[in-house]
Amino acid sequence: MDWMQIGSAILLGAMIVFLWPRAKQMLKETRKAEAGEWQSAILPILAVMGFVALLVMMV
Amino acid sequence: MNRLDYSVARPAATSVSINKVLKNTYILLSATLIFSALMAAASVAFQMPPMTYLLSLGAAFLLIWLVLPKTANSSSGLVVVFAITGLMGFGLGPILSMYLALSNGPQIVATAFGGTGVIFLGLSGYALTTRKDFSFMGGFLIAGMLMILVTALANIFLGIPALSLAISAVVIMLMSGFILYDTSRMIHGGETNYITMTISLYLAIYNIFISLLHILGALGGDD
Repeated sequence: MDWMQIGSAILLGAMIVFLWPRAKQMLKETRKAEAGEWQSAILPILAVMGFVALLVMMV
Repeated sequence: MNRLDYSVARPAATSVSINKVLKNTYILLSATLIFSALMAAASVAFQMPPMTYLLSLGAAFLLIWLVLPKTANSSSGLVVVFAITGLMGFGLGPILSMYLALSNGPQIVATAFGGTGVIFLGLSGYALTTRKDFSFMGGFLIAGMLMILVTALANIFLGIPALSLAISAVVIMLMSGFILYDTSRMIHGGETNYITMTISLYLAIYNIFISLLHILGALGGDD
């Protein structure tokens, strides 16, 4: 295990520790989705994944 | 009469303040992206060692966690934003150097750069034109982010290349979600601080770029 891996592990661990309280708060405060709302979010994200696949084929 | 005046004036004022947040965010985001790109170019030119990436990222995250919350509502927040984005840009240098050394490296970097721009503009345009409220995504996105961080931490020890690629793909999806979520927060008045919005969008763009670079570098076929 080299210094880069140790450093990465420390950085990721710190991110998890700092993000944890904010995640708990956001999970409590976020409103529930209404019918059809997820669809309006998933479609553009799927389009992004399709675009990434296209980029992979291009390179 | 007064009630009528208020009912007319309030939405107009809200609309003006929302447009101001949007305008200021995109101006600051453009400036920080240019500054970040210049710092990345300097880092490539100086041939910085790989540890630069971790040190810069660590310093930038310390600024985000400890300094930005105290300065986000003052003009000194602007200095902090440029310090954060400058550090993160400078940290990109060793990664860019590594990809540029591949035979099709310049093409990979240019494609990742252009692809990130298209993804950001496309998603922002979608959120701005449809004006849909994506605030319901917050909990899902932050939980997904935590899961990805835990998986990435585990993969440092496991060292599975396929898992690493899967993490990059999920990061692109999550960051795309964050762009929709953040843009919608600005449109619907959920966030009025353009400094924190700039950092939030910058982090989404930065992560999409890094993940796209990783995926294109691994699957792009450098023979």
